[in-house]
Amino acid sequence: MVDFHGWSMPINYGSQINEHISVREGCGMFDVSHMTILDFKGEDVEVFIRKLIANDIYKLTEDFEGLYSAMLNDQGGVIDDLIAYKMDFGYRLVVNCATRGEDLRWISQNSKNFKVEIQERDDLSMIAIQGPKSAEVLSQCPAPIFKALELKNRQQGVYGNDMFAAKTGYTGELGIEVLLPHEQAISLWQNAIEVGAKPVGLAARDTLRLEAGMNLYGFEMDDSITPFECNMSWTVDFSDEERNFYGKEALLKSRLEKDQLELVGIMLDERAILRQGEKLYLDEEKTLEGIITSGTYSPTLKKPIGLARIPKKDINNCFAEVRGKKIFAKIGNPKFIKEGKEIFKERL
Amino acid sequence: MSTSNEVRYLASHEWGRIDEEGILTVGISEHAQDLLGDIVFVELPDLGKSLDAEEESAIVESVKAASDVYSPLSGEVIEVNEKLFDEPEIVNNSPFEDGWFFKIKLEDTSAFQDLMTEDEYNASCEE
Repeated sequence: MVDFHGWSMPINYGSQINEHISVREGCGMFDVSHMTILDFKGEDVEVFIRKLIANDIYKLTEDFEGLYSAMLNDQGGVIDDLIAYKMDFGYRLVVNCATRGEDLRWISQNSKNFKVEIQERDDLSMIAIQGPKSAEVLSQCPAPIFKALELKNRQQGVYGNDMFAAKTGYTGELGIEVLLPHEQAISLWQNAIEVGAKPVGLAARDTLRLEAGMNLYGFEMDDSITPFECNMSWTVDFSDEERNFYGKEALLKSRLEKDQLELVGIMLDERAILRQGEKLYLDEEKTLEGIITSGTYSPTLKKPIGLARIPKKDINNCFAEVRGKKIFAKIGNPKFIKEGKEIFKERL
Repeated sequence: MSTSNEVRYLASHEWGRIDEEGILTVGISEHAQDLLGDIVFVELPDLGKSLDAEEESAIVESVKAASDVYSPLSGEVIEVNEKLFDEPEIVNNSPFEDGWFFKIKLEDTSAFQDLMTEDEYNASCEE
């Protein structure tokens, strides 16, 4: 167990590699109750959320659907990444635990002139059930909303009896995240284990998200990094010109700068793992430098992989120096696995 | 002095098992593999290399971190456990038996007695 921002959480329940594989091949379950859940309601809720986050909730066409977004500061830096769900009462934002303080400060400071009510839902737990066999496991859990959820697409959700479940996750596999009162969470947890879900700790959560090419706050992104520099351009919505979200102006300016950075995936053939903060060199003279944001051993590919922020150039490989040895790395898209299959494409 | 098959330790978590011919088999302790977590790569010394006592001689990389493995004593590398290249998880599953790293022919077997006993090592882990 480890202290994670005030939460006592398991690094693993045995072997992190076995837990990782259980999510890729079977059904894994995570207690992610440390995540911060914020409910927004009130007259101005829509106007406020459209200003608060860089993606546009106008894309949400039905209730209980979720949208991945960044929340930016005025410089266009990422304060946090989150999922915004359209609820019958307004919006629900699930934000990171590590950034909770800064998020709350930013949100309350900026909501002053809006008619919105914000409630932190610390009465709710959160459980993620993920993997190709997650649907099978859920079909054997008694909660009626899981039945209704079967008909939904990815990102969509169902709400009933104090329980909210959506087809979202942090693993690249099919699965759901459930937000529910603590006592119900305990029975769901026990129930799911009885029908075959394997508990998964923080360590495998990290290798799974990394294989899926999903960002982790403090690694791929922080408040000095724009969404363009951490593979989140697709979540920034400029389509409504009238909409002035925080950071928009700075982002439009940053687009014109000539030295752009981008997040890429790297893969090694050698027996070494590049870890956060280690340098990558894009040319022999070492004039072009990048940095590893996350690095690990991929239990699915059985190879070292990583995410790196590098200058935007037409270069297809790079190297690092590990223990005085040159280690070559292939550069590709920042995604390795989706639904159990390799999707990494090396630049040619 | 009978030292055959006796095991001694370094505080840096390596064990060495000596045989009648003065050959020392080296690996890492149960405690070390537990600290490291799932081991994913092992780098072993070249055959014939002569190692000094407490010299960095191998590298073990786990999902968490890379660590050096030190040779408990001086000697020449006469065998390495090549199985670990493809199945490094053997070190997690059997750190004392199948998960050994390398064997050295000791220059001076008497130095073996200066290494930590199991009790001394266990005590050092609790500090």
